Amino acid sequence: MIDLARRLLRTPQGLVGSALILLLAITCVLGPALAPLDPEAIDFLGRYAPPGSAHLLGADQLGRDVLSRLLVGARDTLPLALAATLLGTMSGALLGTLSAYLSGRWDEAIMRTIDAVMAVPGLLLALLVVATLGAGELNAALAIAIAFAPGMARITRSVALAARRMDYVNAAIARGEGGGWIVFREMLPNVAAPVVIETTIRVAFAVMLFATLSFLGLGAQPPASDWGLMIAEARPYLHQAPWVTIAPGAAIALTAIGFNLLGDGLRDAMNPRDER
Amino acid sequence: MTAAWFARRCLLIVYTLLVVSLVVFGITQVLPADAAVTLLGENATPAALAAVRTQLGLNDPAWLQYLHWLGRLLRGDLGISMRTSQPVAETMFVALSRSLLLAILALVLMLIVAVPLGLAAALRRGRAADLVVGLISYLGVSLPEFVTATLLLLLLADWLGWLPATGYVPLTQDPLDCLRHLALPVLTVAVVLVAHVSRMVRSETIDVLHSDYIRAARLKGLPPHTVLLRHALRNALLPVVTIVALDVGYLLGGIIVVEEIFAIPGIGRQLIVAIQTRDLPAIQAGALIMAATYAIANFLADCVYAVLDRRIRYD
Repeated sequence: MIDLARRLLRTPQGLVGSALILLLAITCVLGPALAPLDPEAIDFLGRYAPPGSAHLLGADQLGRDVLSRLLVGARDTLPLALAATLLGTMSGALLGTLSAYLSGRWDEAIMRTIDAVMAVPGLLLALLVVATLGAGELNAALAIAIAFAPGMARITRSVALAARRMDYVNAAIARGEGGGWIVFREMLPNVAAPVVIETTIRVAFAVMLFATLSFLGLGAQPPASDWGLMIAEARPYLHQAPWVTIAPGAAIALTAIGFNLLGDGLRDAMNPRDER
Repeated sequence: MTAAWFARRCLLIVYTLLVVSLVVFGITQVLPADAAVTLLGENATPAALAAVRTQLGLNDPAWLQYLHWLGRLLRGDLGISMRTSQPVAETMFVALSRSLLLAILALVLMLIVAVPLGLAAALRRGRAADLVVGLISYLGVSLPEFVTATLLLLLLADWLGWLPATGYVPLTQDPLDCLRHLALPVLTVAVVLVAHVSRMVRSETIDVLHSDYIRAARLKGLPPHTVLLRHALRNALLPVVTIVALDVGYLLGGIIVVEEIFAIPGIGRQLIVAIQTRDLPAIQAGALIMAATYAIANFLADCVYAVLDRRIRYD
């Protein structure tokens, strides 16, 4: 584990990615304490104040401090995106491993259905789920989890198929272990590496998808300071106050870049031979 | 490409569309909205509501309703919009034609930019061009379409004033003005695609350049550009076809967002409006048409792949 962390930090992507994620984690934990001003405080005289000493990143259409809203908004955006990814990838990984373990007709039925579900583009599937459940941040997170599960199941299955043929699985079957033991204790730990890499990269997608749903009015609802929602609310005033839109946009991009870099760094650290 | 493979692939599309139609129909069943109340309004008499329910077949069991719905679907009847009282099929296919124009333009732009970019990066590994491609691909996959769109809008329409900010002009009315209005949306969705594809072209070209047949071609004394264009590029582009097909999924998602932002009356915007107003027939039709488009794009990509790469035998 320590060895892996050392190798991760030796790759440039891993180093920058870890630093960005650490920064985000600190923001999520300390957010409100770091905010220089009250993120909800409305100041009509200070509307559209450009970035300066009073407001480091400017003020929005209601005179609220953009930096404070951004710092507090990290809590509305990141934990839910993370939870959605974990729920989606874990259930997908479980389904994929189970499918590989069951093999034969069950495997065929599960995989063909997953193929068909994957024929619906991710955002469209998420939109349909939100259309069914109604708008809201929890429903948006659930929609993202559902949209992620099939792809993850397919990736995990291909790795688990190789694990299925390993001697330790045959040994467990010969010992007379139950299906649950074999799936959870023998196979899942051995498909962990690609699952971890894929999960890391998918957090970036989840953050973007979550912000997109909020932007379309189907995710977080006002007065939350979710980053996607901030952009949606500031867009009509783009001409007067571009910084209100640019700041959360940059925050989303930095988050996604951080998780993408970390995922690539992990891939290099876990497969040291692949020199691409 | 054998006839049997072709038939099997067609069957798979039919199966996919069946599952999609089940998913889409399932949503109708879960949604709390009562179609009869939506049609007649809150103040309708119970007798009138009951009559409409019988007329719409809402009292039938779910599976029978599904079969009826599927039957109408096969006859090309996608239902009547609850919002506009117009046939959904007509609205959706007109909207689809506008979205397809946007999608095709984005794909063309992507190919023009991404392939040379990826090639340049592969030939100059670790140098400036490579770094630029690396940076673009990270930025491209890390910016959601609505952020890219807003930034491009700010830069090209607001500050530089080169392009109109929003709106749509039909191609038949004024082709040049139509393209000017489509430029920002096309640029926006092309960014993600360029990021994916240029990275893919780069890594595939690097792989191919290390292969024995490229070394053989070089040792034979062929000029470098012949080796690159005739021997390397053709093989490097093969896997790219698959990535492009998968990217059509991103493209469809991107189109939904971009049409909303730039006020283009395409299928994505229709779908968002339908979801916001809970217009069930329109949601069903929009989702089905988009999924079908994606399925057909993947099918076409498989065909192209089979034609290009004779080593692969599908049977």
